[in-house]
Amino acid sequence: MSVLTVRSLSKSYGGVRALDDVSFSVAAGELLALIGPNGAGKSTCFNIVNGQIRPDAGHVWIGGREVTGLAPRRIARLGVGRTFQIAAVFGSMTAVENVQMAMIAARGQSFGLWRPAAAHHRQAALELLGRVGMAELAERPAATLAYGDVKRLELAVALAGEPVLLLMDEPTAGMGAGERGALIALVRELVTERRLAALFTEHSMDVVFAHADRVIVLARGKLIADGSADAVRADPQVRAVYLGSGAAMAEEDGHP
Amino acid sequence: MTDAAQGNATAGGEATAPLLEVEGLDAWYGAAQILFGLSLTVGRGEAVALLGRNGAGKSTTLKAIMGLVERRARRLAFDGQDVARLPTHALARRGLGYVPEDRRIFTGLTVAENLDVGRQPPRLLADGRPAPGWTTEHLFELFPNLAGMADRRGGQMSGGEQQMLTLARTLMGNPLLVLLDEPSEGVAPIIVEQMAQAILALKQKGLSILLSEQNFRFCEMICDRVYVIEHGELRWRGMTRGLSSLPEVKSNYAIL
Amino acid sequence: MSLDGLLFQALNGLAGASALFLVAAGLSIIFGVSRIVNLAHGSFYMLGIYLAGTLAGGFGGAFGFWAGVIGAVLVVAALGALTEIALLRRIYAAPELYQLLATFALALIVNDAVLYLWGPEDILGPRAPGLEGAIDLLGRRLPTYDIFLALVGPAVLIGLHLLLARSRFGRLIRAATEDREMAAALGVNEKVLFTAVFALGAGLAALGGALQMAREPASLSLDLAVLGDAFVIVVVGGLGSIPGAYVAAVLVAEVKALCIALGTVSVGGFEVNLSKLTLVAEFLVMAIVLIVRPNGLFGRPQPPARVAGRGEPPLRPMGRNGGIVALGVVAALALLPLAEGAFPYAPVLAVDMLVAVIFATSLHFIMGPGGMHSFGHAAYFGLGAYGAAYAATQLGAPTFAALAAGIVAAGLGALVFGWFAVRLSGVYLAMLTLAFAQIVWSIAYQWEAVTGGSNGLFGVWPDAPLDTRAGLYLAALGGALVVVLLLRRVLFAPFGYALRASRDSPLRAEAVGIATGRVQWLGFALAGALCGLAGGLFAFAKGSISPEAISVGRSIDGLVMVLLGGVESLLGPIVGAGAFTLLQDSVMRETDYWRALLGALILAIVLIFPGGLMGGAARLWALATRRAAR
Repeated sequence: MSVLTVRSLSKSYGGVRALDDVSFSVAAGELLALIGPNGAGKSTCFNIVNGQIRPDAGHVWIGGREVTGLAPRRIARLGVGRTFQIAAVFGSMTAVENVQMAMIAARGQSFGLWRPAAAHHRQAALELLGRVGMAELAERPAATLAYGDVKRLELAVALAGEPVLLLMDEPTAGMGAGERGALIALVRELVTERRLAALFTEHSMDVVFAHADRVIVLARGKLIADGSADAVRADPQVRAVYLGSGAAMAEEDGHP
Repeated sequence: MTDAAQGNATAGGEATAPLLEVEGLDAWYGAAQILFGLSLTVGRGEAVALLGRNGAGKSTTLKAIMGLVERRARRLAFDGQDVARLPTHALARRGLGYVPEDRRIFTGLTVAENLDVGRQPPRLLADGRPAPGWTTEHLFELFPNLAGMADRRGGQMSGGEQQMLTLARTLMGNPLLVLLDEPSEGVAPIIVEQMAQAILALKQKGLSILLSEQNFRFCEMICDRVYVIEHGELRWRGMTRGLSSLPEVKSNYAIL
Repeated sequence: MSLDGLLFQALNGLAGASALFLVAAGLSIIFGVSRIVNLAHGSFYMLGIYLAGTLAGGFGGAFGFWAGVIGAVLVVAALGALTEIALLRRIYAAPELYQLLATFALALIVNDAVLYLWGPEDILGPRAPGLEGAIDLLGRRLPTYDIFLALVGPAVLIGLHLLLARSRFGRLIRAATEDREMAAALGVNEKVLFTAVFALGAGLAALGGALQMAREPASLSLDLAVLGDAFVIVVVGGLGSIPGAYVAAVLVAEVKALCIALGTVSVGGFEVNLSKLTLVAEFLVMAIVLIVRPNGLFGRPQPPARVAGRGEPPLRPMGRNGGIVALGVVAALALLPLAEGAFPYAPVLAVDMLVAVIFATSLHFIMGPGGMHSFGHAAYFGLGAYGAAYAATQLGAPTFAALAAGIVAAGLGALVFGWFAVRLSGVYLAMLTLAFAQIVWSIAYQWEAVTGGSNGLFGVWPDAPLDTRAGLYLAALGGALVVVLLLRRVLFAPFGYALRASRDSPLRAEAVGIATGRVQWLGFALAGALCGLAGGLFAFAKGSISPEAISVGRSIDGLVMVLLGGVESLLGPIVGAGAFTLLQDSVMRETDYWRALLGALILAIVLIFPGGLMGGAARLWALATRRAAR
């Protein structure tokens, strides 16, 4: 059964259709890539699923429950973790405190006024940081972490609420090539291991074609392709509006 | 394609001193030093690439040359004159153009107004001959997409269109040298191809180019020489063709 | 009230709208390019009216008036340029709060400079030659000069529109407004451009003031009064929107005119004198507009403000040694009354300091960890003071019950105002909190039956055992201790973390399931309630409370205390409150020019010690330990 189902989403901004009748779904254990030119509606699509934007028409179901138009924090509490294009963490807290905060919030304990936050979920938070390879950086203030580490911390924060659905908006933007592959490989493992449904946008075609189970393509607000990496890569329409001839594309990674 | 670029490498051969000379460049973001004693030159009519992984200091190098970050250099000369103490706008008025990675279009201004902000009077070369000049008409020929949208606001353009506008806007200043920061980052592969064609055309007109890139294929199409940097220091330099036969250098510095 | 009368007042309102628009347009243009809300803008207006009067007298003759107007505009524009070069260039990259405080400091200094140059008396300006008369309209006499003024507003509006939309200068301004660095990289000399814009804005304010010289006397209270009006207009119209400023200026001027025209009306048995309520009325207009359209009538959403907490170090408990030191300090403070024989004044001053500690600590809670820069913390101080004073004097409540009543009053007020305030952020939040504080002040001033009007409430004396200096001091010490420890505990609890999370990254906080709005609202209310204790103690310490004690000045004092101590440290507000109170008690009492002194202090903090005393101490400590380690 699909964890996320999106039906006939439409959204316009001042006469421009950012999304036009878009439908797709993501199953548990599936890593789905959303690609397309800038301004194709990828972020709009993400933000509607996440609850930051209300669609003009259409529906979003998560785990069989309709969530269209709910506030982001309610959608989060239903088991949706997300990462942002520009990584967003709590800069005045350490790495482990970031994860503890997310766990506190996920369990509805944000209004606790007495027992120190440091005593909440510390062990679980350390374990999760270990899982994303950040055990040694647990006590570092988030504001002093290198960008690649911030991205991994953000992933841990997104996983802290034990989500069923993971949304990642350009998870590798601003990272070096090696780090890119490593991060998506980690996500790939987590998706399989925890039976997560995951949706991500990405500009690096290497990353997409090497790791995604399935690829969907948006162009001018419309979904123009939905299928395996090979099928999408061969699709003439996708080549015409997005991929081009491949001459200026980066070389394949050698070890996919 | 590499051969075509090679043929042009000796184009402005008559000039003696390089157009841009940088020696011992240090730069900082706040307290953090990003560049350490970087030296490079760009000859007249030459296209040079700065390669390196994300965070290596490529963008910072361009910003430092332009005076947009705190910097110090043993020598910073442009067109034969010491420009180390000039503020950013004065550098631009000497004929140093800068095209930022994130485009930075004035979203509230129309395409025509954006171009007008970049407008500067025609300039003369050091020897008194007129430098290559640009008008709106020329630029609309180079970027036909823009011609049809002169009255559209920058905020209502797609990412690819903005990418072209940002380059066109800088050309309105009739620069002698353009610092191009990752023109292929974050845009659809098909736009990358179009950008490469446009930049090649500029080079053939005699414009000098210093390009920061992570994508070797892209710079192979355009550049004669390459500098590889890592952690803010120069690690390798040589002809573009030379680098393509050195896979270990490329993989060491995460060049795509 | 007849229809004719209303119409007449409406026309009168248009004349008033012009002056307000000129000031607001200047404020808006300056904000547009520099992202700085210039709190000294009212001072430019005030300088305009004083200078125009003096210059007009100096030139004399038929052209003297107009020469005076032009001269004042040019002089003030030049002063504006100087301000930009000498002050603003240093603080463009500083946090918003520091920018607001630095320009407020400038306003304080200008006010004392005017006092020094022109003296404390109001000065009447000459009338405009050729426009002294009046025309008959609807059976009343409408001054010709008012008609002239009513036309100046639209004329300037059109002129500014043409300048910004059609000229290259305007295009460059709009470009630099969006992205200053990029404009520079394209060869635009943005430094000169910014200076020019600041001069233009200052000149517009001065023009507004200079033209008013024929209608109202120049006085030292004009700067803050006009600044308040201009804020309301700019915020109602939308920051950065010139047409918005005109529409808002007309709206506010007409609402004021309507209040004056209606005069005293009877509402449900109460006699309400609307003509006295003009101040409340315009702030109400602002509150309503901001609730319906948070960016003002014509405003666009502000780009996200620089996040104050981004680089802030994580909170750490004091540890064992810190705790022992703190215990020692508290014990020493508890023994202070024993020294009363030698220093009879000590407990009195100490109570002032403790009141300041509670005030500053509660303000720090919302502006530091909460990230909400309240420019109206005096509201909760005032509610606490009046609540306690009313309970004690009118209801005969015992002292402790009266103090509790003050806390409840302040808490309720903060709950109501906070509900609106947390919907906004940045400059808008600062303005709205200021507006609420002005409303509380106006109510205290106007509702004579309950608050005693301008005289305030008298005879607020504590009963035993607090009726001695030592008794009241120990109660204040206990209160301050409870407030400090309570807020500390809360900050280390999940709620405090959620509060900081909402400040650090609202996007991330919502995405992990934190109800950021509710967290900030309750944080605001908690801080407001505890601030009420400061107000209550103040009333009992002084034996009275009057509107003067809860004016804008107190809100600013609180901000200065927090920043003086250091906003990133939990001890900062305590140290800052103590130091500021001492300074106020020693130096500022000695001079007529205490405003300028306070202004200089603020500038010193902003320009030289942005980390405050605690930040400076931490730097020294780090330096010392590094030396020792070698």
